[in-house]
Amino acid sequence: MRCVLGLFLALLGLAAQAGEAAPAAADPALEARVQRISIELRCLVCQNQTIADSNADLAVDLRRQVREMLQQGKSEPEILEFMTARYGDFVLYRPPVKSSTYLLWYGPLTMAVLGMVILLLVLRRRNRMPSEHFDPDIPEPDADTDPHKP
Amino acid sequence: MKYLRALIPLLIFLGLVWFLGAGLFLNPKEVPSPLINKPAPHFALTRLDDAQTTIRREDMLGKVWILNVWASWCVACRYEHPHLVEFAKKKLVPIYGLNYKDTRPAGQKWLANFGDPYAASLFDEDGRVGIDWGVYGVPETFVIDRQGVIRFKQIGPVTPEVLRDQIEPLVRQLNG
Repeated sequence: MRCVLGLFLALLGLAAQAGEAAPAAADPALEARVQRISIELRCLVCQNQTIADSNADLAVDLRRQVREMLQQGKSEPEILEFMTARYGDFVLYRPPVKSSTYLLWYGPLTMAVLGMVILLLVLRRRNRMPSEHFDPDIPEPDADTDPHKP
Repeated sequence: MKYLRALIPLLIFLGLVWFLGAGLFLNPKEVPSPLINKPAPHFALTRLDDAQTTIRREDMLGKVWILNVWASWCVACRYEHPHLVEFAKKKLVPIYGLNYKDTRPAGQKWLANFGDPYAASLFDEDGRVGIDWGVYGVPETFVIDRQGVIRFKQIGPVTPEVLRDQIEPLVRQLNG
């Protein structure tokens, strides 16, 4: 339900902006490509939104820029390159894999693997320990003497 | 030995505190510009006060200059403006304005009210030059050297401290 409402509001947003972008709105295929690229780009004014989500002035301008570049026949990588050259990698919602982002990309996986290995080592060591290293199990209450039993 | 091992969780915890604490004091609004030490983007804009006169990037080559992005609708610009007016009086370096997504009458009125520290203001009505310069938070201030390379960028209002400790020494060094 929330999804439908969100979609409706998004469409409303597009409709509200259609006055400004009249020629482009006539071309749904182009608009779909603008949308697809827009969700890859961060709005730098409202940093947790893509420029597709945001109606900040800058986001509107950047969408217009994307639309115009597509109309000029520029490819998606060319447009992302254009944006990165001006705003840095930060503008990309999917940061590129390079030496400065290795920690970001591989850090979580490394931590998970490391945790697994440590867990495995600990368990194996405990497995080999004689039982006097552990507290004795709490003895099961004898069924016959259990006062709770009717 | 056993006590040392008991310290390991504490060390890990302190490491986490350090990482998270460092993250807390970073300013996410300050995105490092990829344009630093790159040639200034091309522009050709008319003056705010004269729609017939165009100023281009090439006109600026050969001198150190400051580009300050401002707009009459920008509240933070009002805060930094008196400091720019003061700084301009020193006549160390020409300051050019980039009047960003504004209207000519509003921009001119604003300068008449609050003072005009600019050698000229370039009129970027639709913000396209702003995009080329990677502008996203007005006010922004750039220092450009003789070869037309951007050497410094301040995002947000310049303070007297930034002018005194960063911009002025840099300008002197570039001019020196």
